[in-house]
Amino acid sequence: MSREDVLAVLNDNARYSTEDIARQLDMEPAAVESIIDELEDAGVIRGYKAVIDRSKLEEEPVRAAVELNVTLDRETSYDDISSRLAQFPMVQSLHLVSGDFDFMMQVEGESMREVSQFISNKVAPVPEITQTVTHYVMDAYKEQGITFGDGHDDDRLSISP
Amino acid sequence: MKPADRVERVPPSGIRRFFELAEEMDDIISLGVGEPDFAAPWAARDAAIASLEQGKTSYTANRGRRDLREAIAEDISKRYDLSYNPDDEIVVTAGASEAIDLAFRALVNPGDTVAVAQPCYVSYVPGVIFADGEVCDVPTRKEDEFKLTPEVLAENDADEAELLVMCYPNNPTGATMTKEELQAVADFAIRHDLTVLSDEIYSELSYEHEHTSIATLPGMRERTVVFNGFSKAYAMTGLRLGYVLAPPEVSQAINRIHQYTMLSAPTTAQFAALEALESCDGDVADMREEYNRRRNLVLSRFEEMGIDCFRAKGAFYAFPECPWDDAEAFAEALLEETGVAVVPGDAFGEGGAGHLRVSYATGFEELETALDRIESFVE
Repeated sequence: MSREDVLAVLNDNARYSTEDIARQLDMEPAAVESIIDELEDAGVIRGYKAVIDRSKLEEEPVRAAVELNVTLDRETSYDDISSRLAQFPMVQSLHLVSGDFDFMMQVEGESMREVSQFISNKVAPVPEITQTVTHYVMDAYKEQGITFGDGHDDDRLSISP
Repeated sequence: MKPADRVERVPPSGIRRFFELAEEMDDIISLGVGEPDFAAPWAARDAAIASLEQGKTSYTANRGRRDLREAIAEDISKRYDLSYNPDDEIVVTAGASEAIDLAFRALVNPGDTVAVAQPCYVSYVPGVIFADGEVCDVPTRKEDEFKLTPEVLAENDADEAELLVMCYPNNPTGATMTKEELQAVADFAIRHDLTVLSDEIYSELSYEHEHTSIATLPGMRERTVVFNGFSKAYAMTGLRLGYVLAPPEVSQAINRIHQYTMLSAPTTAQFAALEALESCDGDVADMREEYNRRRNLVLSRFEEMGIDCFRAKGAFYAFPECPWDDAEAFAEALLEETGVAVVPGDAFGEGGAGHLRVSYATGFEELETALDRIESFVE
């Protein structure tokens, strides 16, 4: 139970201090700490990252969603292909999906040229990959559950019964 | 022109002056808000928009749309084991506030006495006066964690009253009552033939035990009127939608006043409410979970600051004892010096003096900043 609670709080804001998480869940800080250690050791928590609105950066990186089709044979599995692709630092996420294509891959680079060259030089030549379709991201509205934009103003009365 | 005497008998709201003070200041963090900081669930808002697009802008039946009343009947049966007939025992109103006013007018004869468990929501006492009733103040006590007990009822002569109005989970204290504790009040009500008006608008925000409606206790259904609505659970305050549950005779009386004053509750809001009942349980659960985390945060921080605060188990309020004797002076100084607004307990009637209502219907970041400021102010 508390494992899920701690995860829920961290998923809301990973920067809460241990003491703060403990207060919110009415637990001892030491207990929270040990649950987090456990979650990290078990690989449930793989890391902590900021959710960035890249359009607010001075140099906005270029991102693309790439659909990949592959053919498998006796010696090659999805895992083999994905582990090759995932090694590239430009690959931000990689998912095996159902539907018209096999992998959905998110790529991030400094320029469109860099991303295109990566796809044509590193991804497309992989023998099992039969087709790539690259969708450049034009705008972002929501990431990891956080909606971008101006947010919603608190227009409630400052004091109400 | 001169306003009628019954209006003159009602003093202006105690929080009004405080509201004016707060409004004059910029960038305050308000822990003085009696409504959720969340927006209504998107599905409910979307249903309201869709109903407007389809031109659903006429009156509904006086009691509210039949499908909504059916959905309410099903919902309260599932959640609280309450059984009310959508045809003649449910009236959908413009917020629970309207329902409370209607019930007073439907049930109070001139000179009747209404026992009001306090501290409480600011509308009950004026509502009784507008209905030409007499108020019997029943202040609950801190040592009882602001629960209503047969002892305080007896001490304050509530046995001589005709009606009793109570609200659990409570605004402003955050107090809740278990089934056993309600049973003692129910016994008192039956023994002294009191009609009970039970405001259960915060029923979905009970964090440590299941909410029990006093109307489910043996012998109580026929003497109880229950108020509930969508404002708190579904964060729909501005849509103004509540409902009142009562046996047919009383429901009919309530509906008669409603039909001549409101005609029907806002139609757009009724569509939002219907969708809320159909698909927004998850949103309610998420909000409840977040309120509970904030509650824990506030209570722990008060404890660390050495502020005496009982463990409030419901609604979205903590009701700490004020570190100063004069809660109003404290709240004023806190506001002026730190920009944090809380409401002095006196504003909510008898028994609230020396306390502060601290609402945690505020985002975590602001809540933490406000608590930091209170901490340095108290030091």
